[in-house]
Amino acid sequence: MSARDDILSNIRRSLGVTGRETIRTQIAEERLERAPKGLIPARGQVSGEERIALFKAQVESSLATVTEVSSPADVPQSVASFLRDHNLPATLRMGADLRLKAMPWGETSLEISHGPSAGKDLNAVSHAYGGVAETGSLVMISGPENPSTLNFLPDNHIIVVSAKDIAGDYEAVWSKVRFTFGKGSMPRTVNWITGPSRSGDIEQTLLLGAHGPRRVHVVIVRD
Amino acid sequence: MSVHSTSPQFKENAARALSDTQLQRALGNVKQGFIDKRRKAVENLPEFEALRDSARDIKNHTLRHLDLYLEAYEAKVKASGGQVHFARDAEEARAIVLSLCREANARTVTKGKSMIAEEIGINEHLEANGVTPIETDLGEYIIQLRHELPSHIIAPAVHLNASQVEQDFRRVHKDLDPNRDLSQPVQLLTEARTVLRERFLAADVGITGANFLVAETGTSVIVTNEGNGDLTQILPKTHIVLASIEKVVPTLEDVSQILRVLARSATGQEMSVYTTFSTGPRRSSDADGPENYHVVLIDNGRSAMLGTSFEEMLRCIRCGACMNHCPIYHAVGGHAYGWVYPGPMGAVLTPSLIGVDQAGHLPNASTFCGRCESVCPVRIPLPKLMRHWRDREFEHHLSPATFRSGLAFWGFFAKRPALYRLVTRAAMASLGWAGRSKGRFNWLPLAKGWTKSRDFPAPQGETFQARWKRERGNNA
Ligand code: SF4
Repeated sequence: MSARDDILSNIRRSLGVTGRETIRTQIAEERLERAPKGLIPARGQVSGEERIALFKAQVESSLATVTEVSSPADVPQSVASFLRDHNLPATLRMGADLRLKAMPWGETSLEISHGPSAGKDLNAVSHAYGGVAETGSLVMISGPENPSTLNFLPDNHIIVVSAKDIAGDYEAVWSKVRFTFGKGSMPRTVNWITGPSRSGDIEQTLLLGAHGPRRVHVVIVRD
Repeated sequence: MSVHSTSPQFKENAARALSDTQLQRALGNVKQGFIDKRRKAVENLPEFEALRDSARDIKNHTLRHLDLYLEAYEAKVKASGGQVHFARDAEEARAIVLSLCREANARTVTKGKSMIAEEIGINEHLEANGVTPIETDLGEYIIQLRHELPSHIIAPAVHLNASQVEQDFRRVHKDLDPNRDLSQPVQLLTEARTVLRERFLAADVGITGANFLVAETGTSVIVTNEGNGDLTQILPKTHIVLASIEKVVPTLEDVSQILRVLARSATGQEMSVYTTFSTGPRRSSDADGPENYHVVLIDNGRSAMLGTSFEEMLRCIRCGACMNHCPIYHAVGGHAYGWVYPGPMGAVLTPSLIGVDQAGHLPNASTFCGRCESVCPVRIPLPKLMRHWRDREFEHHLSPATFRSGLAFWGFFAKRPALYRLVTRAAMASLGWAGRSKGRFNWLPLAKGWTKSRDFPAPQGETFQARWKRERGNNA
């Protein structure tokens, strides 16, 4: 017998089932189909300004920084001043995201390059798929628009998120993912990012910038 | 069995640990840090206790339908272009991983933190066959340099102090300036970041564990704070996921429920920095990501635990809270347990995986204070399961020896006044708390003969020694 069949039949023997019981199979299939939500904490169940305020507070408590702009056209200036304020070089890597592409980067003196990172880029900007107010998490989706390497290799990661894409809880994001990609399908990678990279492995001292970005800066676009 | 175990020498290990001053200093960090942070995180979420119930129920439901969810998971991985390999035991798992590495012509392999990788002893096997594994989690990297096992499931190097790490870095990173300043932890971190960055970019294969597998979508989920797991899995051509069979859960919603208790229980964070959901290899339009995606599903003793009283142990999500709150762990650290899994969860799991004849001492390494169960996010009744092991030993020929070893263990602590005080104080405080509602216990460890026919009055939250000292102090 193959290892696969052996393991499955051991499981069935231990559970005292054959694997062909109709009701049991239906229960599992139904759960996969319905994906019941479970208990959602009250904290994130707020809307409008309250939700944005919660998101910002949670982003900050994750040790990232956050700012707001009133339109996509204001993003480049905001990013440029963030880099300047932290004495960072005026370079920026980004993917092929159309929302980012449409922004007036030419109005800044930033030197822009495109594509995934091979490990040499200091600064990158990505557009988030969404945000989660409950914990101040950003939801990133892989693809040529926002390559995953930009989330991890650069020292400074700037994440642009549209205010209307900020959800209260994770479950709302999953509903949206199902709508975009189809039930049961997923993009190659979904990254939830909650603050900059860190480690507590040396004497339990919290240190930022372990392997991923030392700084995460979130720009909320109100539009 | 895979990694060599020194569990049979638990008492000797513990005695050595108690007289190790470096270790005792490092263990102070566990007691102070983790407990406080968890408490604050729990206070911040009114639904926390209800979410623990929810996490427990999801795990129970999954275990009862494990065969079906594994089949659904496998089908989804295949549909997204990945491959699934089943391994009955550690040896099969090692062989699969090695052949995948050979297929990829791998010279170096980066690794994210994975307890199952420790359990099957993959590093030694790869090394023996000419493939170099590189641990990338900072703590794992440090202990790999020292050729040690992790001493904690989420903080592998928690038994070390910064000065020891500095010595290791100076010993191993020989091409760096010998006069460089490494006196601050941040300098150690920066050095590791620089050294490992090159390794990430050069690796041919990346091996990670999985905190969860999602049956609905064929997704593997990893949770890290450093980002090392992500660099491990997106940079090399081949990504291999190692996961034991009980990691599967039905849906993305189920993962989200459990994530709400995982980080809070582990590090006291509301959410870990990186929670990554990976499904299959790089898509045709992708600009980065692995070209090959393999999952090795490992049984190694789990299927035999189903349907027994130890089935409950398969709910474990490896958060580490039980050891963070364990007075025995605080006293002796993780290495004394002698195998991959320390603390209360190790005391229950290790005998299941390597045999009670090897690890029979471990279930005795408990004051039965109950703190582990009171913090376990999936409500595993750890003290009860340790007691089951004792009963089992009793039923087997091991009984007189077991009984003696229980008493011997007690004697071992009793002969060391400082430790005895420490452990009993913790135990009394919790017993006092646990029993105060009723004022009585109908069961106590090592006192079965007594509590079988009568209740034991609940201590009032103080040991005799402490009270004696206090009252004498008041009189003086
Ligand atoms: S037994 Fe419970 S507390 Fe211990 S590691 Fe597992 S889930 Fe966490």
